[in-house]
Amino acid sequence: MTAQADLEQRPTEELTVREAIREALREELERDEDVYLMGEDVGVMGGVLEVTGDLYEQFGEERVRDTPIAEAGFMGAATGAAATGTRPVVEIMFSDFMGVCMEQVMNQTAKMRYMFGGKTEMPVTVRTTEGGGMGAASQHSGTVHAWIAHFPGLKAVAPGTAASAKGLIKTAIRSDDPVFVFENKMIYEQSGDVPTDEDFTVPLGEASVEREGEDVTVVATQRMVGESLGVAEELAGDVSIEVVDPRSLYPLDTDTIVDSVEKTGRLVVADESPVSYGVHAEVATRVMENAFYSLDAPIQRVGTPDTHMPFSTPLEQEVLPDAEGVRAAIERIA
Amino acid sequence: MLLIRESEENTKNHFADGNIPGFVHLYIGEEAVGVGACAALDPDDWIASTHRGHGHCIAKGLDPELMWAELFGKRDGYCNGKGGSMHIADVEAGMLGANGIVGAGPGLATGAALTLDYKGIDDQVALSFFGDGAVAQGQVHEAVNLAATWDLPAIFLVENNQYGEGTPVDKQHNVENLSDTAGAYDIPGVTVDGMDITAVNEAVAEARERAVNGEGPTFIEADTYRYRGHYEGDEQVYRDQKEVERMRERDPIESFRNRLIDRGELTEEEFETIQTEVEEEIADAVAYAQKADAPAPEEAYEDMFAETPPEIQQFATQAMPDGGHGGESR
Repeated sequence: MTAQADLEQRPTEELTVREAIREALREELERDEDVYLMGEDVGVMGGVLEVTGDLYEQFGEERVRDTPIAEAGFMGAATGAAATGTRPVVEIMFSDFMGVCMEQVMNQTAKMRYMFGGKTEMPVTVRTTEGGGMGAASQHSGTVHAWIAHFPGLKAVAPGTAASAKGLIKTAIRSDDPVFVFENKMIYEQSGDVPTDEDFTVPLGEASVEREGEDVTVVATQRMVGESLGVAEELAGDVSIEVVDPRSLYPLDTDTIVDSVEKTGRLVVADESPVSYGVHAEVATRVMENAFYSLDAPIQRVGTPDTHMPFSTPLEQEVLPDAEGVRAAIERIA
Repeated sequence: MLLIRESEENTKNHFADGNIPGFVHLYIGEEAVGVGACAALDPDDWIASTHRGHGHCIAKGLDPELMWAELFGKRDGYCNGKGGSMHIADVEAGMLGANGIVGAGPGLATGAALTLDYKGIDDQVALSFFGDGAVAQGQVHEAVNLAATWDLPAIFLVENNQYGEGTPVDKQHNVENLSDTAGAYDIPGVTVDGMDITAVNEAVAEARERAVNGEGPTFIEADTYRYRGHYEGDEQVYRDQKEVERMRERDPIESFRNRLIDRGELTEEEFETIQTEVEEEIADAVAYAQKADAPAPEEAYEDMFAETPPEIQQFATQAMPDGGHGGESR
C-alpha cells in the first residue's frame, strides 16, 4: 500500500512538518508523564526554529526544560535520566552541535545497554535539525545522520513528510531504544495530510512508497522526497518514477527498496548527506546484495558533493542537492 | 575495605597470570573513599563509577561472585561478559557502571538526580565518583553546572589519587584544591582526607543531607593515593617508589584498624577473624567465577537494543559455533 492510500483510510488534518512534530510531542507529553523535553531554548522561546512553540505554556518548565548551552552536559544527563526511569526528549538545536556531545552519544547512550548485558533501558529521543538552504553556513547546515545510522546501538529516522514526521516522533518517544530524529529545517513549512488519531505511529524500519512507478526507483529522504516527487510529476508520461522514502535509516527497510528495484531495474539514491561513505552507499549495497541481477543500469547518487555547506547563495545552490540533480540522475539511466 | 583490598590483590594476581583479558585499574590504597562514601548512602541511592571501579562495586554491595564472573568474561557476570573490568554495572543495585571514559560519570549521575527530582523522589540521591584527571574534562563542569543550576540531589566526589594517569595533579590543574572549582557553581566544596574513612563518610553524609533537603549538590575532594600504577603493567616512571612507601604508612585500613583497637571497639583476634572471612569470601567468588560458563558466540548479537533490528538478526543466525563471525554479507 502506498503511504497516500494508507492515509486515505484515516481521518487527517493538514499540518506543516513543524506543526506535525509539535503535535506529536504534545500528544506524547499528554500520554506519558515520564516524557519531558529538554534543550536550548525549547521552552520560553518555543525553539529557535519554533518547533516546540506553545508546549512550554501548556506543560510548564518541569516538562519543557530550557538547558544551559552545554550539549555534553545535558546529553550526558539525558542518558543518565533514561537509564534511571524517565524518557527525556532532547533537542540539539543544529545537528552540527552533535559534535559537542558525541562522547556522550557514542560511548554512553549507544553502548550502555550492550556493555551492561542488556540490563538497562535507554528510552531517550534526540531531535535535531539538518540541512542547507538558508544561508546558515557550514556550522549550522550540516547533515550528519549517516554518523548516527552507522554507529551501533543507535536508531536513526529522517522524515520526508508531515505524516511521517508525526508518526516517527511518536514511535521514537515510545521506544526503549535511543532514537535520533533528523529534521530537515527547509521542510518545516511543507504541508501534508497528517492522521489525527493519537495512536497513529510509523514503525521503525518501514519505508513508504510515496509514488508508484515502473521505470526508475528514487530512494529519497527528507527534503529530497518532495524534490523527487516534483521531478516524477514533471517527467510523468516520459518516465514512470517510483519514489520510496525509507523514513527510517537504521533500521532500514531493505525489502521495500529491493521490491521496487526488482520492478524498475533502475535506482537513484537522493539524500542530502555527503555522498561518500554514507546513506547512498548503504542503500546501494543492499540493492547490490539483494537485487543485483535486476539492475539494468548503474546506481546513481544525488547528495552533497563532499563539501561543507558554503554561505554565499550561488555557492550553496551549487552544492545543495535538489530536483535538478535528481532529474539529471534519472536522465543518465532512463 | 578489607574485602576490596583482598579482591584487588586477587585481581592483580589473576591479571598477571593472564586469566583476566583487557585492562585493569586497581583501587588498592583508595578503599576509604568508596567505602566511606557508600556507607553514607542508602541502598536505593545511585552511584556512577570510573574505570577504577572495582572498589565502588563492592562498597555499593554488589556480589563479588558476579563481579568476578564479569572480570573473567563469563556469562553469569553482571554484564553477561560484555562489559568486563571497565564496565561492571548493576542498575538494579543503583550502580550506573564503571566507565572507560574519564569524566563521563558526573553527567550520568546528574541524569539520575534529574530523574529523582522530576519524579519527586525526595529521599534519594545520586553520587558520582571521578578522578582528579576528570576535573580537567569539560563534560564534568557542564554536569556540575547543570546539577547546581537545577538544584538536583547530586554529590560530586573527586578521588584525588594525585596522578591523572601518569601526570601529577599539579601539572594538570591550576587550582590549589580541586574542590575550589565548586566556587564557580556556587555550591559547597570541601577537601577531606581520603585515607580516613570517617572523614569521607561524614562529608558525604552531610552532602546527602543537603541534597535530600533540596539544597542541591556538593563537591567533595577526597585526597587519597593509589599504590599500584594507573593500570596493571604501568612501569610508573613518573613517581619514586619511596613516595608510595611513605603513603603506605597512612594506609586507610591499617589506620582505621588501629583506631578501632585503641578505642577498644575491635580486638586483634576479631580483626584476624574478619580477615579470614574476607579471604574465604573472595576465594569462593573466584572459584565460582572460574567454574562459570563462558558466553556462547551468538550471544554477541544480543543486548544491542530493546528491539533487535534485522540488520543484527541476520548476523546472529550466521554465528559460528567456534566463535568465528558471520558478518561477511547481508
